[in-house]
Amino acid sequence: MGTVRRRGREPGVPVPLLVPAVLAVAFLVLPLAGLVIRAPWGELGPQLTSPAVGQALRLSLVSATAATGLSLVLGVPLAWVLARSRARGRSVLRALVTVPLVLPPVVGGVALFLVLGRQGIVGRWLDQALDVTVPFTTTAVVIAETFVAMPFLVISVEGALRAADARFEDAAATLGADRWTTFRRVTLPLVAPGIAAGAVLCWARALGEFGATITFAGNFPGTTQTMPLAVYLALQQDPDAAIVLSLVLLVVSVATLLLLRDRWLTRAVR
Amino acid sequence: MSRRAPVVTALVLLLAGCGGSADDGTATAPGPSTAELGGTLTVFAAASLTDVFTDLGERFEADHPGLDVQFNFAGSSALAAQLTQGAPADVFASANEAQMTVVTDAGMADEPQVFAANVLQIAVPAGNPAGVTGLADLAREDLTIAVCAPQVPCGAAAEDVLTAAGVTAAPDTLEEDVRAALTKVELGEVDAALVYTTDVTAAGDAVEGVDVPEAERAVNDYPIAVLADAPNPGAADAFVELVRSGEGRQALADAGFRTP
Repeated sequence: MGTVRRRGREPGVPVPLLVPAVLAVAFLVLPLAGLVIRAPWGELGPQLTSPAVGQALRLSLVSATAATGLSLVLGVPLAWVLARSRARGRSVLRALVTVPLVLPPVVGGVALFLVLGRQGIVGRWLDQALDVTVPFTTTAVVIAETFVAMPFLVISVEGALRAADARFEDAAATLGADRWTTFRRVTLPLVAPGIAAGAVLCWARALGEFGATITFAGNFPGTTQTMPLAVYLALQQDPDAAIVLSLVLLVVSVATLLLLRDRWLTRAVR
Repeated sequence: MSRRAPVVTALVLLLAGCGGSADDGTATAPGPSTAELGGTLTVFAAASLTDVFTDLGERFEADHPGLDVQFNFAGSSALAAQLTQGAPADVFASANEAQMTVVTDAGMADEPQVFAANVLQIAVPAGNPAGVTGLADLAREDLTIAVCAPQVPCGAAAEDVLTAAGVTAAPDTLEEDVRAALTKVELGEVDAALVYTTDVTAAGDAVEGVDVPEAERAVNDYPIAVLADAPNPGAADAFVELVRSGEGRQALADAGFRTP
């Protein structure tokens, strides 16, 4: 963390940049401060120890982590294809797989129904042949979160791959390594910080997922009610409980991000 | 819309520095029947009123060409929460008395009028594939069942009806509003859902209704009120008048509501 001061440069931030920047900070931080200020600190203990909160928090952490795992397994190879293959139609493919980034998550939930629901294209077959129904299960939560969050991972890993020096891969190839070996032994270590950054983004997005989850997985305590769903429903009856739940989610996400930042992200930035 | 509104409200409050509305009294406030109505009328209404109110809103706009009617349809409890957090609106129509009380207790409206009533019915996909015949089927573990979350009016009514019938339901999901529960029946993703009679009517051929005799024990009364801080009080009064008129009652009855 050595700080280098460049004395040659003009000190201070230009006013046209400073004012909007300060406004941006206020805009992003004030709502969070509001949560902390309005929190019913006296009720915090009983709320936190209630089994419903623990259940929702556990489900959120487990499903967001599973969604990140699934996104890593499927998303890193996809990112490689987008960054390295020279096949035609790559830009179309990239546009297609990033659609979930801009799609309203509720629409994503309905789309998942149409494919994986009991009446869906694939889901009907699953239901009849294997007696497996996906909606309203924890699996559905993971699928909904993966659908929404994986593009974040794909985009950042693809960016890392493009920025990585391809000459290392060329060198490995000239030394006789095949493309799979090159990928495992050269490319992966090279872009590991980018993968880590993408995984953190993906995890954070999955943790906050609401629309696709409540649509496709429904809302039932213990199986599909994640923290964002619990917050939304608590807000309708007991705003104080909703504030406590939001605080818990806020603390958990900030703690996780700080932890990972120390471990990985600083390396990614360097 | 229901999820976006609080964000927009927060934005507006932030930008306005939480200033009180100064133009309350200065705007021309004509009586409902005298002057021409104009501007925007914002109506917060229970999700179950979506079709009737959209229809009545179009008629209202046709009668008053200068007027633009905006609806926010959502679970009544979500709407009540938005209103008490300062969402600007002219009229609130709730699917039960409890959520209207949240708003009147906050001093944001008075003298709500009951304009309709609704009872629960079991909605099943066309053809009733699971052979649902009554409330007792909602306890079957092998079926996929949707019930409204207890926080929203249709869920509160469902709890009352199930308790009255002595049935312990085995729901797979607790939906955030009645239309979300209905949608899952329409998609064929649940075998049965406890919704309002009017929702079954609104869904048309995709959904069939199974009557629930026990539902008579939990009839939901729908109150409507003009909000105290209504930006367009003249139009708000006129709209409430329309809802409670013979024309409004007919539209409500056509949709399956009971009218006083």
